Amino acid sequence: MITIWRLGLARTGVELRQFFRDRESVVFNFTLPVLLLVIFGSVFGGQELGTSGVTFAQYFAAGMIASGIVYTSFQNLAIALPLEREDGTLKRLQGTPMPRASYFIGKIGMVLITYLAQVTILITVGTLFYGIEPPSSPERWWTFTWVSLLGLTSCTLLGIAFAAVPRSGRGASAIVTPVVLVLQFTSGVFFFFADLPRWMQDFASVFPLRWLTQAMRSVFLPDSAQALEVGATWQLGTAAMVLLVWTVIGFILATRFFRWSSRKE
Amino acid sequence: MTPTEPAIEVKALRKQYGALTAVEDISFDVAAGECVALLGPNGAGKTTTTEILEGYRQPDAGIVRVLGVDPWRAPRAWKARIGIVLQSDRDLGDLTVGEAIGHFARYYPDPLPVGEAIEAVGLTDKARSRNDRLSGGQRRRLDVALGIIGRPEVLFLDEPTTGFDPEARREFWSLIESLRDRGTTILLTTHYLEEAEHLADRVAVIARGRLLACASPADLGGRHDGQAEVGWLDGGRARSEWTERPTELVAALAERLGGEIPRLTIRRPSLEDTYLELIRGAETTDLDATPHEDAALAADRPQP
Repeated sequence: MITIWRLGLARTGVELRQFFRDRESVVFNFTLPVLLLVIFGSVFGGQELGTSGVTFAQYFAAGMIASGIVYTSFQNLAIALPLEREDGTLKRLQGTPMPRASYFIGKIGMVLITYLAQVTILITVGTLFYGIEPPSSPERWWTFTWVSLLGLTSCTLLGIAFAAVPRSGRGASAIVTPVVLVLQFTSGVFFFFADLPRWMQDFASVFPLRWLTQAMRSVFLPDSAQALEVGATWQLGTAAMVLLVWTVIGFILATRFFRWSSRKE
Repeated sequence: MTPTEPAIEVKALRKQYGALTAVEDISFDVAAGECVALLGPNGAGKTTTTEILEGYRQPDAGIVRVLGVDPWRAPRAWKARIGIVLQSDRDLGDLTVGEAIGHFARYYPDPLPVGEAIEAVGLTDKARSRNDRLSGGQRRRLDVALGIIGRPEVLFLDEPTTGFDPEARREFWSLIESLRDRGTTILLTTHYLEEAEHLADRVAVIARGRLLACASPADLGGRHDGQAEVGWLDGGRARSEWTERPTELVAALAERLGGEIPRLTIRRPSLEDTYLELIRGAETTDLDATPHEDAALAADRPQP
């Protein structure tokens, strides 16, 4: 047991080192979200949403922080794992006495740390330029913490499961990125959620991101913004339920579909 | 494992991929401390056999034991006693040589000191280089370092020198020889005959999933007792003859030509001759065999 955790932490160290030395992963996970925040915040930023006193820039910043959960866990793993299956990483590890659990502990550790780094940058940029505030009460910090953890857990498991979909390592980002983009468009990141067609709202409500964005708005926007939500409440209970259900689904799919070797073998 | 037990034991091994039989009834042993080379053309079943022994694949039939353990059901402790060098990996590119070896050392209960492993494969100068900037040969040395970092009792090497220039191959051979001399059991797959001849105590020839022969490089196919080619100069013309009794032929020639035989050579079939003969035999005994593609090679072979 001690060995599993000790090697899991060693894996986290190696994963982080490789992550930060890989230009693509850094651009995807750090530069791109900040760039999007700056562009959307600058173009649509001043528009006030209804009479709430909340600008779209604030709304969007909360959405990007929620997206950060999906980027660092789901997108990151669903792209990295097929590459590791293809370039021999997984096969090499399988041939060593490394406990398999340590590999996943390493991934989870990497996801946690890259998320913390990313969310810190986004909160800083959002606070400095786009009118959001760091969580202003213990309740809000608590919401931020459980939403982050539950979101990361479900999306990490779903990322591990989704890694079975791409046929090749090189094609993985072409398959995974559109999935994330579609969810961002329909879940109230790039657009004001209450303005979306009903069917689109219903579609997005099935998946975690819509609930992550709404929950993050409850953390970073003033209480007056609650009126902007579809049900005029934050619906945190529903968010927790949906994320829990996806955690269970993710666990089942990940254990069922994760493979150490590639399909053609 | 008792001392008399072989390090690797394969009995009636069979592996099927759908309709394709990759390995059919292969049996051989590797004694502790021995180096055995698996030789064979591409697609012969070498890698499938090796990967079954490494625990990556489950055999369909037969018995496989490595260090007395069934690799498919082997516990982690068993993996600490073997070392694996797979074919051409491209992983670990963002780490340096030293970081990668240092990290993998942590997986093993009694690893080599990292510096020693780096030195053993001759990468001391490159210890701080990123792995994706290594040359092909250096990259392969890194793979070997990762294979031996846990002080394995059995080392699997899958086509370790493919793509090497002759000098790099020579250097690599001395590395493998030093491991062999330290008592490591080595199973090597290769399609370089001189590599097998140089490194292996015994050679196992595999084609179309079957084991055709398994003997020391010198004895393979009975090549040192069978036919020999006697060549000489007769009236200004080069002559040669394959015979099972070269001494007799030479004596007869000496008598006929009266003393010294001009340009006398006696040549036993080379390992390559014997190998090609075995492979060709395997191909022609199969009904669906495709004709040999290289007629020029076939022409240069001893006639049975």
